[in-house]
Amino acid sequence: MDFSFLSQPAFSGGGVYLDWVISGIKWTLLVSILGWIIAFTVGSIVGVLRTVPLAILRVPATIYVEIFRNVPLLVQMFIWYFVVPEIVPKTAGDWLKTQMPLPEFWNAVLCLGFYTASRVAEQVRSGIQSMPRGQTNAALAMGLTLPQTYRHVLLPMAYRIVIPPMTTEFLTIFKNSSVALTIGVLELTAQARQISEYTFRTFEIFTIATIIYALITLTVTFSMRWLENKTRVPGYIGGSGK
Amino acid sequence: MFTGFDFEVIQRSLPYLWQGMQFSLGLTLLAMLGGIFLGTLLALMRLSPYKILSYPSGAYVNLVRSIPLILVIFWFYFLIPLLMKKITGNPYASGIGPFYSALIAFTMFEAAYYCEIIRAGIQSVPRGQVSAAYALGLNYRQATLRVVLPQAFRNMVPILLTTSIILFQDTSLVYVVGLTDFMGAAGKIARRDGRLVEMYLFAALVYFIICYSGSYFVRRLQARYNVGQ
Repeated sequence: MDFSFLSQPAFSGGGVYLDWVISGIKWTLLVSILGWIIAFTVGSIVGVLRTVPLAILRVPATIYVEIFRNVPLLVQMFIWYFVVPEIVPKTAGDWLKTQMPLPEFWNAVLCLGFYTASRVAEQVRSGIQSMPRGQTNAALAMGLTLPQTYRHVLLPMAYRIVIPPMTTEFLTIFKNSSVALTIGVLELTAQARQISEYTFRTFEIFTIATIIYALITLTVTFSMRWLENKTRVPGYIGGSGK
Repeated sequence: MFTGFDFEVIQRSLPYLWQGMQFSLGLTLLAMLGGIFLGTLLALMRLSPYKILSYPSGAYVNLVRSIPLILVIFWFYFLIPLLMKKITGNPYASGIGPFYSALIAFTMFEAAYYCEIIRAGIQSVPRGQVSAAYALGLNYRQATLRVVLPQAFRNMVPILLTTSIILFQDTSLVYVVGLTDFMGAAGKIARRDGRLVEMYLFAALVYFIICYSGSYFVRRLQARYNVGQ
């Protein structure tokens, strides 16, 4: 078990192999966090839309969730990267193919974001639907409009209820960021494989990658637990998840 | 977009795509069986009162559940040849081939996820059942095999099937070690004939149909179980 390869100069110049590892961590975190921002916003909207009484809003949201949940992430990644530039109008397609900065990175972010959004939507929907119907009825009886009901009554409790499963989704997006290596994003798993190709220290570098992913998971788990404790509503035993 | 859409490339490559689909389905089935078996073992170990069994299995499950599947595939794909070299002492020993490495990787990975589901299922069986079994004179093996597990599995079948559908989607990741599953076959045709749009959209459509029908079937199964309860 020889970890000294980390301080050896990298094959393609410019720094040591440790820099490759750090670059991999940086891209993993960037892809995951930006993807999560998209996933959380889009997923919340779609999740809320799945619960409204208006069918014209509910059906497109349901179609969205079913499509993005039933197609594998790898297939979606390829479609975003290879197929979307061909499908959109010619000028947009040409811009996507030639002038977009960091095309692999942004395609990975969009793909991960919309894929995870469908799962977040399911969590938000289950959170809203687990609330007693009396809440909605009381709010509407008091004169709140439906958007106000969602904003002031349903969503605050629904989000608190779904923090534990949402944590799982947040962790999953960090793990799914590794699929971005198939379209060329040099995130942590890709860098680990590259380093193993150049230094033949397969066991050591994969151990390092495993430990880093485990650390990311631990950090996320502890921060979400802190968030859950901070937002706990006193007296609402059933809703706060434990 | 659809002016130049070439349906004929899909039609003439159907036999090759079917080969890839057989690979995907075969890998899913084998990994599912192996994963459920290993997952049950791990769940029973985690639930045992002996720390020497519960701690290692708990550590294994938590570790495997926190790393990506691609990393697990790489682990087994690159490390098994090294292991074979060490075991047989022959520096030129080859590995066991990419298919078996991938199969072992998927089985070990899914076993951790199945373990959590099965553990929850076992814990949902009322304690009275276990106590009654021991009171009737059954030993641990008989109580587990004949009383606890049958009831636990009845509750868990929908979730196990849903996880298996997710496993089917995840088999597309064998692309990273060069194996040709359904997605790999579609990709090869796409690159050979220059028809990326048609083949990738077709692959997405096929996966969608299979997974949507699977989850529809699971939903109906769940509804049937709930009526029976």
